[in-house]
Amino acid sequence: MRRTLLAVLPAALLLACLIGAWELYVQLTGVEEALLPAPHAVAAALWHGRGLVARNFLVTAEEVVLGLALALAAGSALAVAIHLSPLARRAAYPLVVGSQAVPIPVIGVLLVFWWGFGLFPKLLVIALICFFPVVVTTIDGLASVDPEQPKLLRTLDASRWQSFRFAELPAALPAALSGARIALAVGVIGAFIAETTTPSTGAYPGLGREILSDVNFQTARAYAGTVVLVAFAIACFYALTLAERKLAPWSVRERGEPL
Amino acid sequence: MPTQLQPLAKPAPARAGRGAIRLSDVHREYRGARGASVQALAGVSLEAAAGEVLAVVGPSGCGKTTLLELVCGLQAPDRGALECAPAVLMPQRDLLLPWLSALDNAALALRISGLRRAAARRRAAALFAELGLEGFQDAQPHELSGGMRQRVAFLRTLLAGKPVLCLDEPFGALDAITRSEMQEWLAGTLAREPRTVLLVTHDVEEAILLADRVAVLSPRPGTVVAELAVEFERPRARTSAEVIALREQALAALAGGRCA
Repeated sequence: MRRTLLAVLPAALLLACLIGAWELYVQLTGVEEALLPAPHAVAAALWHGRGLVARNFLVTAEEVVLGLALALAAGSALAVAIHLSPLARRAAYPLVVGSQAVPIPVIGVLLVFWWGFGLFPKLLVIALICFFPVVVTTIDGLASVDPEQPKLLRTLDASRWQSFRFAELPAALPAALSGARIALAVGVIGAFIAETTTPSTGAYPGLGREILSDVNFQTARAYAGTVVLVAFAIACFYALTLAERKLAPWSVRERGEPL
Repeated sequence: MPTQLQPLAKPAPARAGRGAIRLSDVHREYRGARGASVQALAGVSLEAAAGEVLAVVGPSGCGKTTLLELVCGLQAPDRGALECAPAVLMPQRDLLLPWLSALDNAALALRISGLRRAAARRRAAALFAELGLEGFQDAQPHELSGGMRQRVAFLRTLLAGKPVLCLDEPFGALDAITRSEMQEWLAGTLAREPRTVLLVTHDVEEAILLADRVAVLSPRPGTVVAELAVEFERPRARTSAEVIALREQALAALAGGRCA
């Protein structure tokens, strides 16, 4: 417990300093609230709008988690295909890279036309934004096996699948988890893009769309929503870091403690 | 009474007599960088009878690793005949999988042969004490010393259940004290679990201490320049006069190969 407190202390201090500087800047320059609300105004907006923010947050959190899961599943499957098949590598890799340059609004309309105003098109947008780091890191992880290892496994009569299952797959796990952490960091902004490019019919359209509609007239509430998104991204990142310690303790050992 | 390693994971087809290796006039060439071809082996002829320990010594880059990969079926000769019973490789580096415990690493071949994890672990655990690994079953590879890692790697090789063991510089990365301990350990283990062994090393003394016969390879392209029978009693002491005399003979053959 004490160790945890000590571990978060530097971040907490830095955060306090930044918030203090922000508050001071607003007080000293008298900048308009519509342009930059003071931290205390943001905190007040968060408190007063907590019901709305919470409901919209749950919508967004669901999108991020499911979208990320989709990105992980599709990204690692694609990485395995590219790893195992030189043909798949030549055929798919350039397109994987190219997919990252597609401006989402261009396909947003089409996604809504195909799948309507529900959750699924948003998951697709998030997955499209997130899967790239998963693919790239997983491919590198799969290739990181010592080149002598497959020889050894072959003399132990391992099939291609067994060689993959005992050597390449576990070797790729830490890299894939690193990819997942990067994916998560872009996944939250991905949810914002998803919500603002594919409209929703639900009562609560998600924090991203809420922020966009607040940003002109309820600036403090837009900032409050942003604070929640930022906190969510940080929390998910460390949740994944903890998961890595459980799933791939050997890699944490090799690299030294994260956090 | 040492545990017997029966039944073998996979019965070996008797292609060249159980445990025998026979190479005659084997050539192997690689396409090197920039298309230049590198001749690794030029007419190597070797033979090992079942149960025999054959050591191959030679300078670095004389094609020793190529020789082992040929015997293990990882490569095919360009020319010449190669007959060999199924062989398993113990590579120079232990290549223990960092995500498996010592016991799971040792049991790897058994799991590959289709045994369930629990059964494979039981079979491997039965040999842990015999190989001086008692108490290290659940250790992670990074917690083991170099010598212990080689023991685990050797047990993994043994449990593959193949008649021929190919050992590639098994103790090359160890410090001198650990290496001589491990040489004694390997001699003792082979006395209890006899196998046909092809031991590749650059350590002439190691070859003489462990092998029944020592083949001396010339630098690339490798050929056999001398074959020495090691006919004295085990266990052998590295300080005994006959070991020293034979070592001089092998070193002279090595030096001669280099000049040729």
